[in-house]
Amino acid sequence: MTRHVVAAVRDLPPGGRKLFSVRGRPIAVFNLEGQFYGLLNRCPHQGGSLCEGLLTGLVLADTPGEYRMERAGEIIRCPWHGWEFDIRTGQSWCEPDKIAVRQFPVQATSGQALVQGPYVAETIAVSVEEHYIVVEI
Amino acid sequence: MLTSGAIDCDIHPGVPGIKTLLPYMSAHWQSAFIERGMDGFDPASYPPNAPISCRADWRVSGGKPGTDFAQLQRQALDHFGTRFAICNPLYGGPMAVSETMGAAICSATNDWIAAEWLARDPRLRASIVVPAQAPHLAVEEIERLASDQRFVQILLPAAAEMPYGKRYYWPIYQAAEKYDLPIGLHTGSLFRHAPTSNGWPSQYLHDYVAAHQVFEDQLLSLIYEGALTKFDRLRLVFLESGVTWLPGFLWRANKTWRGVRPEVPWVKAAPAELVRHHVRLTMQPLDAPPDAADLGFVLDQLGSDDMLLFATDYPHWQFDGDAALPAGIDAGLVRKMMVDNPLATYARLGK
Amino acid sequence: MSEVLDRQTTKLRIIDSDIHPSLASERDLDPFLSTRWRKHIAEYGKLSHRPLAGRGTYPRFSPNTARRDAWPANGNAPGSDLDFMRRQLLDRYDIEVGILEPLLDCNLVRNPGLAAALCSAINDWQVAAFTSQERRLRASILIPFEDPAAAVVEIDRRAGDRNFAQIQLTSRSLAPIGQRRYWPIFEAAARHGLPIGMHIGGESGHAPSPGGWPSFYAEDHHVLVHSMQTQLTSMILEGVFEHFPTLKMICIEGGFAWAPNLAWRLDRHWQKMRSEVPDLTMPPSAYMRRNVWFSTQPMEEPERPEELRRTLEWIGWDRLVFASDYPHWDFDDPEHAFPCRLSEAERRAIFRGNAEGIYRL
Repeated sequence: MTRHVVAAVRDLPPGGRKLFSVRGRPIAVFNLEGQFYGLLNRCPHQGGSLCEGLLTGLVLADTPGEYRMERAGEIIRCPWHGWEFDIRTGQSWCEPDKIAVRQFPVQATSGQALVQGPYVAETIAVSVEEHYIVVEI
Repeated sequence: MLTSGAIDCDIHPGVPGIKTLLPYMSAHWQSAFIERGMDGFDPASYPPNAPISCRADWRVSGGKPGTDFAQLQRQALDHFGTRFAICNPLYGGPMAVSETMGAAICSATNDWIAAEWLARDPRLRASIVVPAQAPHLAVEEIERLASDQRFVQILLPAAAEMPYGKRYYWPIYQAAEKYDLPIGLHTGSLFRHAPTSNGWPSQYLHDYVAAHQVFEDQLLSLIYEGALTKFDRLRLVFLESGVTWLPGFLWRANKTWRGVRPEVPWVKAAPAELVRHHVRLTMQPLDAPPDAADLGFVLDQLGSDDMLLFATDYPHWQFDGDAALPAGIDAGLVRKMMVDNPLATYARLGK
Repeated sequence: MSEVLDRQTTKLRIIDSDIHPSLASERDLDPFLSTRWRKHIAEYGKLSHRPLAGRGTYPRFSPNTARRDAWPANGNAPGSDLDFMRRQLLDRYDIEVGILEPLLDCNLVRNPGLAAALCSAINDWQVAAFTSQERRLRASILIPFEDPAAAVVEIDRRAGDRNFAQIQLTSRSLAPIGQRRYWPIFEAAARHGLPIGMHIGGESGHAPSPGGWPSFYAEDHHVLVHSMQTQLTSMILEGVFEHFPTLKMICIEGGFAWAPNLAWRLDRHWQKMRSEVPDLTMPPSAYMRRNVWFSTQPMEEPERPEELRRTLEWIGWDRLVFASDYPHWDFDDPEHAFPCRLSEAERRAIFRGNAEGIYRL
């Protein structure tokens, strides 16, 4: 596993998402209330770019006709066919055991800790005062 | 005969006419039908002389299809070695625009079937025909007859005034669960809406070919309105639907559900799973591929051996001679279709 | 899907038989409409067969029924920006020919004069905004099909113009489309050698099901398929293909898993009731094999994916054409849509060869 520095934390505020190319792989990084999650940016169905999907919550019901919304901002729907994925696990809502998007570990790390290495930062200069989003591949 | 001991889940005794039913009606309706000259309540889905409505060698001389008791006994029961046969009378009760008139025809049809068919042959069972126009009256009719174990199912025409998943119809499903009665949907329509979403076809043949569509529509409605979620024990029997439309339907339904599930979040399982749990289908007619070797492949795509029920659809013309079982069905499945699946579907048959 | 297959697809130079262009602004049609109809629209709208003045009966599940990534940077509607369409579709997938299928209110508008004016305006607009600027795109001739005489006028006007590849009909019409009153349209199509693109959709005012009005888009989106089956059944049984043996029809965006089953069912019951349709000289399935093609979108997705091959075989490798449905949400990506293996010959037929033949490209 190599640590890839993709952006400064302040560039991806909570509720945000951004697409990065890490070692040739498109990876969508999401900030859920300060926690970072990385998903391969290809829907397992037909390859839709998940990062461009609808960021929303989970619509649930205990009984027919009654709707409730939970986990706002934690579900990404593919921009094409609307498949729902849990950003925290990569699992699809309809068939969590069979259909999932590949996850990549993402962390916020201080520049101080990073400079001790090793890390790769292709597009960004690392300074000790900043915090960075680090994708492990 | 290969079919010996089979349970025939769809036969059609014919109602000769309103006059036959009058003894089973109240004084008001007895006089109303006579005074107003009301007759001709055969459904347009089966014009009595249309080829589909009766096989040539099963025609009743001088009468409508299925109206001769002894002939039905001989041809439908003795000939195929039938253990039980479920009578599904297709008559105009559910089509009448007046709810109360419809209910009167339905009740009379049920009492007539009980008195003149079920009482005369222990192999016969029947569905309760109910006024689909008026769910509250349908429930009354179910309550009235539920204690008679010879009635094993509730019969509805495949198309009514609204899609069957809507809550308007839920009291019927509640009664069905309460009394262990499956809901049988039989090809047919109240014709409150055109037979297609493009209006009225010119030919009867088109109507009949299109008749499988509404089974799909009703399934979608029952799934997406949450009726199958609410009534987990409900069993639906699709009578005379053609069967082989189902695999393609399941693929499309699963695909759509994955895309738009949040519109109907109470649907928590893939449509195919719900269908396999709730739906059973009679196997005449079976719209089989021309090459019998392909039939097993298609039936395998149903994804369950529990769904098919044997039926001759007597006297409708679906096959010739003794070929009630199409070639190409696995022997194990034949056995399940003829006995195990009907017994599992119709709890009352085992009692 | 393997990298190898991806490259093969790209090499093929695809023909896409279903691309949806849209208006950047409602005013885009103004230059092609007379003052009389512009004024009429401003006052009365485009009265159709719906309960709501401003929209269709069944709300879709995404804005404009579109892929969420298909909105151009200028914020205009998906399918309205030619440059963006080039980047996102034509160049991206190396599409050599794309058939435009506008889904704009026109042919089912109730006022027949307005229907004719709108169809004609949309035809002019397709040329001005798309096909005259991008040779890879071909337009569809929209016609006011409920008024067949006016429809024939429009067909005659456009036939022979290389901008147009086909006549577009919708799978929902006021009556089953095979009925005699529509035959002048088929006569004109056959006379000009123009295929009929029967595109899914439309609101006819009839209930979407013989069982009534469903509640949800999840239902309407699925039961629409039945209107395609109705048009096909009607054209076969009424004798349209018997009478116009060279007529070509493509069923677009109706899926295809149902086609073998419909053929079996039609043949089975025709055998018993052919006395009702004595004009037919062949079993119904024979007309399907001779006169009808199916677009592959929306792709069918069997529970065991490889089994799709059998469905495709039953329909015939020569009867299927690829369609992307760009920019709609149920878009099929040519590189990933097929859940089963295809041989090089099968791929060539579906992604290109069959459409070349139909559209005489």
